[in-house]
This record gives sequence, C-alpha cells and structure tokens, in this order.
Amino acid sequence: MSSAAIPVAQIKTITMSIYRYDPTLDKKPYMQDIIVEVPTDKDIMVLDALHLAKAQEPSLSYRRSCREGVCGSDGMNINGKNGLACVTPLSEVIKRNKITLRPMPGLPVVRDLIVDMKQFYDQLEKVRPYLITKSDSPDIERTQSPEDREQLDGLYECILCGCCSTSCPSFWWNPDKFLGPAALLQSWRFIADTRDEATDERLDDLEDAFSLYRCHGIMNCVSVCPKGLNPTEAISNIRNKLLTRKKA
Amino acid sequence: MLVNEVINAKDLPVMEFDGIIVGGGGAGMRASLQLAESGLNTAVISKVFPTRSHTVSAQGGITCAIQSDDPDDDWRWHMFDTVKGSDYIGDQEAIEYMCSEGPKAVFELEHMGLPFSRTEEGRIYQRPFGGQSKDYGKGGQATRTCAAADRTGHSLLHTLFQANLKAGTNFLNEWFAVDLVLNADKAVVGVIAFKIETGEIYYIKSKATVLATGGAGRIYSSTTNALINSGDGIGMALRAGMPVQDIEMWQFHPTGIHGAGTLVTEGCRGEGGYLLNKDGERFMERYAPNAKDLASRDVVARSMALEILEGRGCGPNADHIFLRLDHLGPEVVHKRLPGITELSKTFAGVDPAVQPIPVVPTCHYMMGGIPTNINGQVISVEHGEDKIVDGLFAAGEVACVSVHGGNRLGGNSLLDLVVFGRAAGLYIEESMKQGIEVKDASNDDIEKALERLNRLNASTEGDQVSVLKEKMQQNMQNNFGVFRRGDLMEKGIEELAKTREEVNDIFLQDKSATFNTARIEALEMQNLFEVAEATAITANERKESRGAHARDDFTERDDENWLKHSIYYADTKEVSKRDVNYRPKTVQAFQPMVRSY
Repeated sequence: MSSAAIPVAQIKTITMSIYRYDPTLDKKPYMQDIIVEVPTDKDIMVLDALHLAKAQEPSLSYRRSCREGVCGSDGMNINGKNGLACVTPLSEVIKRNKITLRPMPGLPVVRDLIVDMKQFYDQLEKVRPYLITKSDSPDIERTQSPEDREQLDGLYECILCGCCSTSCPSFWWNPDKFLGPAALLQSWRFIADTRDEATDERLDDLEDAFSLYRCHGIMNCVSVCPKGLNPTEAISNIRNKLLTRKKA
Repeated sequence: MLVNEVINAKDLPVMEFDGIIVGGGGAGMRASLQLAESGLNTAVISKVFPTRSHTVSAQGGITCAIQSDDPDDDWRWHMFDTVKGSDYIGDQEAIEYMCSEGPKAVFELEHMGLPFSRTEEGRIYQRPFGGQSKDYGKGGQATRTCAAADRTGHSLLHTLFQANLKAGTNFLNEWFAVDLVLNADKAVVGVIAFKIETGEIYYIKSKATVLATGGAGRIYSSTTNALINSGDGIGMALRAGMPVQDIEMWQFHPTGIHGAGTLVTEGCRGEGGYLLNKDGERFMERYAPNAKDLASRDVVARSMALEILEGRGCGPNADHIFLRLDHLGPEVVHKRLPGITELSKTFAGVDPAVQPIPVVPTCHYMMGGIPTNINGQVISVEHGEDKIVDGLFAAGEVACVSVHGGNRLGGNSLLDLVVFGRAAGLYIEESMKQGIEVKDASNDDIEKALERLNRLNASTEGDQVSVLKEKMQQNMQNNFGVFRRGDLMEKGIEELAKTREEVNDIFLQDKSATFNTARIEALEMQNLFEVAEATAITANERKESRGAHARDDFTERDDENWLKHSIYYADTKEVSKRDVNYRPKTVQAFQPMVRSY
C-alpha cells in the first residue's frame, strides 16, 4: 500500500472483468468485460477505476462510502484476494492490463459486487460487542493506564469490512455456527478491555465445539486484513484464556 | 410495493415507531440511544450500515473542558474560543449549552467503552487544537481536545453503534429516506423510505422525526467528505418548505492530501507539526504571530491559498503546501498519528515520519444547515418571527443550532453531534411522556412526498447523474471556494439555474428494484443540487467577509449589516436575515471584537 505516487507507465486502457448479477433480470451470474481509460501520469485506486466503469455502465453496483479505507464498505475480491477497493492501487493488482473483480466469497450475492452481510453481522452480535460493566460509573471517566489501553491496539481499529471472515474456509463451511475472525476479534477486544466486567460470561458463550474452536489457524484473515490486524492471534488469546480458566 | 412501480399513497404499506432518526452517524445514533434507553420504540433509518457513516472519518478528537490535561481548564474559556472562532455569528445560548454540557456527554462516551488514549494518570488524553486558548484568549494555547489516537471518530461511531445494539434500537440499515411527510397542519409525521436491497417501499410514520443526515461536501469537486455526503436532510427540508441558515459558510480544511482530498488531522499540528512553503518558510508566523499553525481553520486555509496564489506553493506546479512532521520523531508520529501515517503512505506515497505531506485547503464541513433551537427542534422563520416546526428535529452537521457560526473550530463537530443528538433525544423523551397529538397524513399529503420518486421512475430520457454532478462540482469549486467574488458567483448562479430543469428531470436508465445504486445516486444528486443552489445564492447575498466566507469585493466584516444569520427558502430563492442569539443563561455575552490569532 505504499506506491500511490509511483506513476503507472504506458497503460491507457484496461479491461475490468467484473462479476455481474441482478437476480430480477439475469438467470445466472456472468463476467462482464468493461474497458476503462485510466490516466497514465498518476496511479489510481481500484475504486476510482470502478467509478469510471460505472460512468459507462450505470447499472454496475457496489458499495462505497469514505473512499479512504476507514468505513469498510467496499470489501471485494480483487484478482482472487479480498481487499478494499479504495486503498488498493491499480498498479499493484493489474496484470497484463486486466483486473478481475468478484464479490467477497461465501456470502449470498445480492447484486453484482454486493453481498448479503446478514450472517456476518449476526455473528458479530452474538459476541455482545459492547462494554459490559456492573459497578457504578464514576462522575468522570473511568481510569485506565496507558499500558492497559495499549492492549486494545490492533483490536479496536476493526472496520467490519468482512474481508477476513469471507476469506476463511471455516466460516464458509459453518457461517451460522463458527463466529468467524471478525466477530472473535471483537470478542477479544472486550475481554482484553480492563474496564469490561463480563469476561467469564463472554468465555462461557464461546465454550462449544463451533463458535471459537472451528478456527484451524489457516490465517487467511491475517493475510487479507486491510487494517493489518491479526484475528488469529486474538483467537489464540481467547483459547489461552479458556485454558488457564479451566486450570484455575 | 416496490420502488420501481407507480407508487400511490393508498396502497403504500405503513410502519410506525415512536421516534425515527434519519441517519446513522454520531448525531443520529446518540439521539436514538437516548430514545431506546428510555424504552421508546425507536428506529434508525440509515442508507449505509451505521459504522460506514462519515463520523468514522473524524480523526483528531472531541474538544471539551474535561480538566484532564489542565485541572484549571474552564468550559467558559472553550465557549469564548468557540464564539470567537464563529466570527461572532454563533448562537451564544447554544454554545454555552454545548461547552457546559460537553463534559457529561464525553464521560458518557467513556462509560460506553470508547477507547480513549490515556495520560500517565489514566485519564483521557487531550491534545492542543486550533483556536483553543486559556483564560479567554489571554493565557496561551489550551490542550483541550480528547482523543483516541487519530481515530477518534471511528472509535466514537463504533462505540455508539455498540451502545445502540445493547439498548435494542431498531436498525433499518441500507434504507433510503426519500422525502418528509407533512400533515394538513404542516407538522412532520414521518418519511417515505425504501429498503435498498429489495426496493420495498413504506410510509414510516412517527410523531418525532430526527434528521441526522450529516453534511454535503460532495457539492465541491475537492472534498474530504465521504461519497455518501449528499445533503439528503437539507434536500428533504428545503423541498418540504423549511429554511436553511448560514448555508454559505463552508469550511475548507487546511490539510487535505494534495490530489486525493483525504483529510490529515489538525492534530498533526496539535502534536507539533507545521506548514512550509516552497522556500522552506514557516509562513504561518507571518499571518498569525501568536497561534501560528494553530490559528483558526479559516485563517490557516486562506493563508495557504495566498501562499499558493503568490507563487510560493510547493511541487513542480507550485500548487500545494508541505506539512512537516518528521522532526517529531517516529515514536510520536506512529503512536499518536497511526491513521495519518497509513493515509499518507496510501494516498501521497510518503511516510510522514521521514518526508513532509503535500496538502491543500479542501472542502470539509458545512457550518450552516437547518436552523434549530437547543432541543433540536427545527425552526422556520415567518414574517421575521421564529416558529417551531412540529414533529421535526435536526442534529449534527445537517443542523445549524448554531454553534459554529461562520467557522467551526477543530474538535467541535464531534462535541456538537453528541451534545445535540443527546439533547434532541432528551426533549423527545420528555414530550412523549406528556403525550403528543397529531393529525394523520391524508393520502394527498403522502402523494406529495412520492412525487420525486414517481417522476424518476417515469423518466425516459435526459442527462445522466455523472455528467450533471461533475458540472455542478466544478462550478462550486471555481466560483464558491476559499475566495469569492460577486461577478464569478453570479456566473455560477446562472449556470446552476440553467441546470435546474435537467436535475429535476434526471434520467434513470436502470429501473431495477434490487440494490439499485443508480437510483440512489440520482436521488442524492437532487439533494446535492438543492444544497449547491442554496449555497450559491446565499453566498452572493452576504456582502461582507466573515469566518469562512471571504470575498475579494467585500474584504471587511460588516457588523452593522451582517452580524446576522442568513435564512434561505428554496421556493422563493430569497435570502433574509435572522438575529444571532446573544443571550447565554449563566455568563455575560461575548461581544464582537477584532478577530486575530
């Protein structure tokens, strides 16, 4: 993600091969090649190229919002790997003047590059992704040492784009039972928070064969996370916590 | 019933809630939290999943006198700074309310779990921000902006979403609100909205409708704003006959990344960064000898624009300024500004711990909006008198309460949205307890709110959105930017007038009901156009320079004629004036002074 200023030489037109499907019109999905002219004096992002494609083909559908990698709307499968279109420079993914875009795998397709995220959000809700406290709040803020706060770095930054869970074979297989890397990262975000007072209940919720233990350490989640987060590590932290709790 | 059919009121299904909030950003979700926690049946209608709202992009922090960095800090000093920052057209009762209630609202966020950065004592970390002083401008720079690294907006938005999940708020995610429904008494009784995924359309009925749709920075071609910031609430209000206030006041943030427009937080300068021209000169020392790089945003943006205009810009085209951070050391840059590091690498190809970031003033924030009182109730102005619009509320960037006046201070937008989202919620909660009686909307009333959709569905030819949008954005950028001039603005207004019919008759080629983003973009374009036209006409009418509104043909502030809010109605396209509130409840009003930093 560091080469935005490097010019892409020679390229004038590129082929965007894009997954198209509108269930109300199309019997089945198909790949459409859209030829797009891109500037040669500067690099652009995959999302910018998609805008150019949409100007030609207004029915092309995809989600987007912040266009700077913080809102998590435009997760998609770019040349076979999940990522955010808005922070993926074209120069990094273009091969022989061509780029292939598909929806994130494993979830039902609503239309074109848009997937139904319901299962993803449902699993997130299961981990009770909010601070739970039992003691009374003080009149001012709760105190937390910088070291304790640092435990949340690498966790709170998640943007819920879904790139990780939809690249996880365990999630593809059991999207209703295995919580998936994104939800488990959130679970650990609250277990790791010294202000949270529901660690035991949170751990209880994960003590079954599927919710947590279906993670087989494949680490696709880590390799695709556009924010550089490490869900596999969060999952192993939860496992360790469960183990030490049993011993005690 | 589907959104691509001929929609008529008598067959339209109805959903009903105690309170509905249009918009799932910070203001909307703070309001919905208040309602849901009080046991009211509350729905948030958001065109994107709530954590994709633009609040997520706020970086540097939330300014508030919580007395963490400085135990002697005083909300009255914050109030003074905000009044001065507004160039004296911020309403002082509202600013007093925001600054004094602020600490409570910030502590509530911490209690909900917001992962603030911390001091050694374990309290919330605060950093210096532009325009913030101690002791009413006499005690030097204040350190008042509460931060979660440089991801404060992201942290705040996710925390509010989490709290709403806990409180049981109903989320209508990826639903698009088209227009307001008004009854025979001109009270607002809900909205027409459709589910984007399936196209199912409803009249969503409620006794309290809160507009929290955020800003409209996409009227300009260069903006820090998300692609979704299309002024939907402003469009809905103007079409329903409500006014907008001070809509000519647009903030240009000094540091948008050159070429990309993405924001680089003022917190960079708060942490010790500074701006350089091509000669390596720290030019802000000339324009603002005291506050330097931490002068108010309008002052810094104008200084940068002047440097570039006078040929002292950086780069081969002399068209940007450098923001230097490398002297702070990688420790500070990577720990305090990790998000900026990431954005700079992605969009400018530089590591700010090593090289300066190329930046330019970029459209960032709409100070104006729908006028409200401090309870969030929308106000219309009839024969010079304020009148409350029953059933309608507004909070956050879409509203003009007005705490920002002619220029917003950094860190005050997040405070605005939590304080006034909360205030609207509290007021609605109280009035529901007392009971509200409203007339039902008739079929004719509902038909009016369906007109725009039906017209779009019937379109068979005309201009595409992408063409119309680019024309409007270029016009606004060229004629209504950092510096403004009467003759250019008149030319811009003419161009807009010529495009008006084409925008009304926009062509929707794709009539699918399933996740049709072309339909959304067409509806958004019409909203953007309402904002652009209101901005253009009002900017030309305000014949002075104040806050972010800087005119080459009227270079001075004119307190005799323009210490006033502007009020604009879309049906007459006329601009009138409204008194600024100089009646705070617990302190003496701050009188206009010469504004220097």
